[in-house]
Amino acid sequence: MTVVRCRLQFLLVVLVSPMALAGVLPEERLDTLYHYYDGGGIEITGPSVLVRKSIGEKVSVSGSYYVDTISSASIDVITTGASPLGYSEKRTQWGVGADYLRGDTTMSLGLSTSKENDYQANTLNLGISQEVFGGLTTISMGYGSGQDEVGRRGDATFSETVDRHAYRLGVTQVLTRNLIMGFSYEAIADEGFLNNPYRRVRYVDTNEAVGYGLQAELYPETRSSNAAAIRAKYYLPYRAALSGEYRYYTDDWGIRGHTVEAGYVQPIRSKWLVDFKYRFYTQSAADFYSDLFPYANAQNFLARDKELSTFISHGPHFGVSYSIIDRQGDRPLKLTVNGFVDHYIFNYDDFRDLTSGDAVGEEPFYNFDANVFQAFISLWF
Amino acid sequence: MKVVALSLTVALLLAGCSGIEPWVKPYERDRLADPIMSFDRNPVSGSYIDHVHEAREGARGASGSAGGGCGCN
Repeated sequence: MTVVRCRLQFLLVVLVSPMALAGVLPEERLDTLYHYYDGGGIEITGPSVLVRKSIGEKVSVSGSYYVDTISSASIDVITTGASPLGYSEKRTQWGVGADYLRGDTTMSLGLSTSKENDYQANTLNLGISQEVFGGLTTISMGYGSGQDEVGRRGDATFSETVDRHAYRLGVTQVLTRNLIMGFSYEAIADEGFLNNPYRRVRYVDTNEAVGYGLQAELYPETRSSNAAAIRAKYYLPYRAALSGEYRYYTDDWGIRGHTVEAGYVQPIRSKWLVDFKYRFYTQSAADFYSDLFPYANAQNFLARDKELSTFISHGPHFGVSYSIIDRQGDRPLKLTVNGFVDHYIFNYDDFRDLTSGDAVGEEPFYNFDANVFQAFISLWF
Repeated sequence: MKVVALSLTVALLLAGCSGIEPWVKPYERDRLADPIMSFDRNPVSGSYIDHVHEAREGARGASGSAGGGCGCN
């Protein structure tokens, strides 16, 4: 089980986008991407491929393939996990999808399966989009259902399940000839074994040489979340665009999150495109999170997962795209090569760095930087 | 239930606006049709980055890769 668990959708939002363009089928294209993540003692690499092809004028089909090859020695794993020396594993995901266009309505179906040595996830997504107001407004709705099977390495008797349901609503609105806005809402309900079977919490124990003991995390068996986002894109007086986005998140575990992102995209001559964004994210901790519990079994639910703690992350994105082929006419063909870099700075407010060797409960708060590199080729045919 | 209520609200709002003519004509949508105006110009990259965020943050859903249409085509 990876610390980079794909919770429900991931590539499926590509295959069945609830806000997909209504009234026209998705573009026929092939994308081949290589990704590399490095930060906090974790390295993740792998390919991602997505292909879309139309069949006639009403049907579009798609297929996707994605791999995460993970080498993890994160602070959770080496200090309180079951693998003090870290671990390696691989996750592979396959997906297929289809879109059916009828008038101004697009109906979508997608299936995906994700496998790793101790976790399997199967997901079904359905979506429908409708253009109204002469194409000024696109309304979309979607539903996703997932069934996960959770295992534990070295324990053949351990077998748990998770059921997931996601409900999505989206509205895209053209406001002026230069401004487009989008609103999206998503409710997700999970039920089952939601905690990591390897991660542990710590509690004060003066009988231990390090001053604390460890016990398994214990999460509630249900989680219900709501997220709403508004985004906008504005075409500047010259050929360039500004973008902005805000998302509010809340769930019944007590987490509240805010995401703000601003971006700028600038074509240079006819072949180059440069992209710059800055993203800021902050959240409050889950109600049952604590860096250090006062004693063992201190409460009904226990978590020391830093993703459930109070923290801020922020950082820039920089991207360059170059158009190698851009053929117009009866048989258009376009080919681009792209390189993107994202940098992240994570600062935790109540998750301490146990490698510091300081007194229990007085360790410095943890922080780390991460870099994400993407190189990909896109072909429109 | 919340989704149904929200959907009905949107539907009612749209019904109330049925007399409004589209104020941006199709021939005025050339800028909106420019790829730089797409909310999700690179869907594979967008989904990957959403995955990076979701794996490290408590929040989930309503992410940016949902794309968006402008009725330009």
